[in-house]
Amino acid sequence: MGVTGELVERLRSICGDAHVITQAHQLKTYESDGLLQYAVTPGAVVLPADAAEVQRAVKACFDHGTPFVARGAGSGLSGGALPVSDGVVIGLSRLRRVLDVDLVNQRIVVEPGVTNTEVSTAVSPGFFYPPDPSSQVVCTIGGNIAENSGGAHCLKYGFTTNYVLGAEAVLTGGTVVEIGGPQADRPGYDLLGALVGSEGTLAVVTRITLRVVPVPEAVRTLVAFFESPLHAGEAVSAITQAGVIPAAIEMMDNLAIQAAEPMAKAGFPLDAGAALLVELDGSEHECDARFTEVERFCTDARATEVRVAADDAERQRFWRARKAAFAAMGRIAHAYFVQDGVIPRTRLPEVLERIAELGEEYGLRVANVFHAGDGNLHPLVCYDRPEDGERAAELSEAILDVCLDFGGSITGEHGVGHDKKKHMGKQFAEPDLAAFQKLRCAFDPHALANPGKVMPTPRLCGEVPGPYRRHPLEEAGVAERF
Amino acid sequence: MPSASEAIAERLRDGEGFRIAGAGTKQGWGRPLDSDLEILSTAELDRLVSHEAGDFTAIVQAGVPVAEAQAAFAEAGQMLALDPPDDGTATIGGLIAASDSGPLRHRYGAPRDLVIGVTLALPDGTVARSGGRVIKNVAGYDIPKVAAGSFGTLGVITEVCVRLHPKPPGTATTVVRHDDPQALQRAALECFRRPLEAEALDVRWGGGEGAVLARFGGSRAAERARAAGGEVVEDDDVLWEAQRRGQRGDLVVRVHGLPADLARVLTAARDLGATAVGRAGVGTTWLSLPPATDVERLRVTLSPHPCVITDAPAELRARVDPWGVPEGPELDLMRRLKERFDPAAHCNPGLFAGGI
Repeated sequence: MGVTGELVERLRSICGDAHVITQAHQLKTYESDGLLQYAVTPGAVVLPADAAEVQRAVKACFDHGTPFVARGAGSGLSGGALPVSDGVVIGLSRLRRVLDVDLVNQRIVVEPGVTNTEVSTAVSPGFFYPPDPSSQVVCTIGGNIAENSGGAHCLKYGFTTNYVLGAEAVLTGGTVVEIGGPQADRPGYDLLGALVGSEGTLAVVTRITLRVVPVPEAVRTLVAFFESPLHAGEAVSAITQAGVIPAAIEMMDNLAIQAAEPMAKAGFPLDAGAALLVELDGSEHECDARFTEVERFCTDARATEVRVAADDAERQRFWRARKAAFAAMGRIAHAYFVQDGVIPRTRLPEVLERIAELGEEYGLRVANVFHAGDGNLHPLVCYDRPEDGERAAELSEAILDVCLDFGGSITGEHGVGHDKKKHMGKQFAEPDLAAFQKLRCAFDPHALANPGKVMPTPRLCGEVPGPYRRHPLEEAGVAERF
Repeated sequence: MPSASEAIAERLRDGEGFRIAGAGTKQGWGRPLDSDLEILSTAELDRLVSHEAGDFTAIVQAGVPVAEAQAAFAEAGQMLALDPPDDGTATIGGLIAASDSGPLRHRYGAPRDLVIGVTLALPDGTVARSGGRVIKNVAGYDIPKVAAGSFGTLGVITEVCVRLHPKPPGTATTVVRHDDPQALQRAALECFRRPLEAEALDVRWGGGEGAVLARFGGSRAAERARAAGGEVVEDDDVLWEAQRRGQRGDLVVRVHGLPADLARVLTAARDLGATAVGRAGVGTTWLSLPPATDVERLRVTLSPHPCVITDAPAELRARVDPWGVPEGPELDLMRRLKERFDPAAHCNPGLFAGGI
C-alpha cells in the first residue's frame, strides 16, 4: 500500500508535524542521492529524532504495508537511497549523537547520522577510524554501513565491515535487534557481516559500535610521475611483491591530472602520463626502511620524477589532487559518468588497454583514477554534448563488462543500489542470486526495506520453503521459479 | 558429470541429515550430533585451485589441509594470516566454517575478514557462489562472512577464495612477566594503546604467573621488539606454538571479553586453577579448566562476556549449551536464517547456537 493520509498522521504523531514532509517542493530535496541521473519523488519523508522514533516509524510503515528507504547524507553513488514512489524515506540525519567513547578498549558508539569524519574527531588525537571514503566530511556512518564503504586507505586497514562490532537495528516488523556487541567474534551467525553492505535492504540501523585504532607513529608520502600508467603499474607490482602493504597507493592518469591540477594546485606536471601517490604508515623503523625501497621501485619503473612530501602541508596538497579528481572533471568536460569496477590488480595493463580501445571506439575521453593496490578502478567517462550522454553511459557499462571478463566485480565501494542491479546477473548465476534472496528473506520477508535495490528482478519471499523440488510445470518448461 | 560441489549439494538435498566433516579436528565442538547421522566428508575436495601470487589471493577447495596450502603460499613469501592450533591435518573448509584463529588474529582479523569468496553446496540441491576473487567487492550480500563461523549449518563450504598477506621475513617477541592479573592487564593495555603494529599481542596464565607477549614481524622485528620494552626473544617460534596449543585441551572455554577486562578473566583462571592463553587486544581468552569446573557458574562470574565451550566431553556439551547465545531477537534472526537456507535441518542438525 502507498503513503495514505492515515500513515502520514501516524508518522506526525510519532515525530511531530515539523519532521514529516509531504509538500511536493520539499520532497524534491530527497528525490535523488549522489547519483543524480535517477530521481523518484517519495510519498513522504520522515525525520525521526532518535532510535525509538525510528522504531515507531518503521512499525507504522509495516502496519500499512508501505515500503521505506533509509537515508543518511544522500551522498551514495549507486542510487541506493533512491526513494520508492509509494514509500516513505526515513532520514536519519537527526540521529547524530556520539553516545560513548571508550578509548581504553578502542571502541566508540555512535548514532547512524554521525559523519565519518566526526568519528575520527571524537577519538583524536590518539586514535582514528580508518575507513575514509572521499565524501567522509558529509557521509554518515549509517550510510557507510549500508555500503560497506572503503576509501583510499582500505588496502592496509580494511573496510567498514572490519570495524563494526555491534549494531542496534530495527527489522521491518518493528522488532529491535541487538546484533553483535562490544566484544569481538561473538558466537552465532555473523549477522553483522550480512548487515554491513546490505544497502538498506535488511534493516534500519539505529546505533553502532565501532572499533578505532591508534594513530600510526609515522606517515611518509610520495608522489611519483611516469610516462604512462603502465610504468606506474610496474611500480605498484614491485612494491606489493616486495611485501610492502602501503597505507594507500593511488593512481591518476594524464586526463585526471589535467583536470585535478588546476583546482588542487599540487604542482603535478600537466604532461605526466600518470601520477602514483604512495603513502606508508606505521612504526618509524619500518616506515623509513620501506619508504627507501618504495622510492627505488618507482625509479626502477622509470619514474620521471619522485617527490617526497616534506611536511604535512605538502602531503595534504598531494592528497588534494587525488581527492579533487572527481569534482574537477567538470573543468575538462561538461558531464561525466563515474564508474566503480574492480579487477585483479595484476590485470591492470590489459584492462587499461581495453578501456582505451573502448574510448576510441565510442569517440569519448575516459579519465582513470584508481585505488591501485586493490584493483578498484574509477574510470570517468567524459562527454560534452547532451546527445552523447546515452553513449557515455553505454561505454561506462561496457567497462564493467571488461572488469567481469578479467575476473573482477561490478562494484568495489559504491554499491549496487538501483544503478547496477541490472548487471548483477552477469556477475552472479541464478543459484547465487537465489542464495542472496534467502538471506534477504530471513531479515525482511515482507520486502519493505529499500525494495527494488541490489537484486536484478523483484522477488517475493513466500513462506519458509521446504526442500527444493522441481515443480512439474518447471519440468515441462512451462514456468520458471524465482 | 556433476562437479564435486554439485554432487555434495545433491546428496544434501536427497539425504536426511548429515554430519559435515573436514579432517574432523573440531568434531568435538558444539552440541553433540546424533551418532547415527551420515557423514558427509569434504576430503575429495582436495585441490588448491589457484594461487595468484601477484594479487595476493588464492582459491582453495574445502578439503585441502591448511598446512599444505600454507606451504604453497610460503613458496611465494606469502601466508594466509590464520594460525590456529593445527596438528597438520585441519582443512581450510573446517578452519573457515569453525572460524578458528590463532595469534595472528590480532593484526589480520578472523576468518571472516580474510575470506573474499565462498562456494556453498546448499540443501536445496544448488551450488551458490558469493563474494568474488578480488579483495575489494561490494556486489551482493556478504555471504562469505555469514558462512565463516556457521559450522556447516547453512550448507557445505566447498571452495573459498582467500586474501593472502606477505609473510614477514623475520620475527621477534617481547615478553613481560608478572604474577598479578592486574599488572598483566596494565602491560597488555600499554602495548594495545601504542601504534606498535605488532603481528600478535597475546597473554598467558598458568601456575600462578603469566606473561604478555608482543610479536613483531619484518626486517626490523628485533629493533621494534626492543623499542617496545620487555625481554626480547628472537628465536620465538616455541613461545607462539605454546600459545596456539593453549587453545585446545580437555575442557576449554573461550571467553569473548574486552581488553580492559582481561584481569577479571585471568583472576577467574587463577581462582579455578586454570591455564589461559588469549588475544589481549582482541579480548578473547581460552581457559583450559580442571575437569570438575562448574562452567555455568563461570559464565555468571564473567557475565556479560559470552563464554563458549569448545573442547569438552560430549556429556557436558549435551547438558550445558556450549554456545550460550541468549534467547532474544538476535537468536530469532539466526533461526530465520537457518530456516531459509536449511529448512529441513539437513546440515549438522542441532549442533549450533540455539539448537540450530
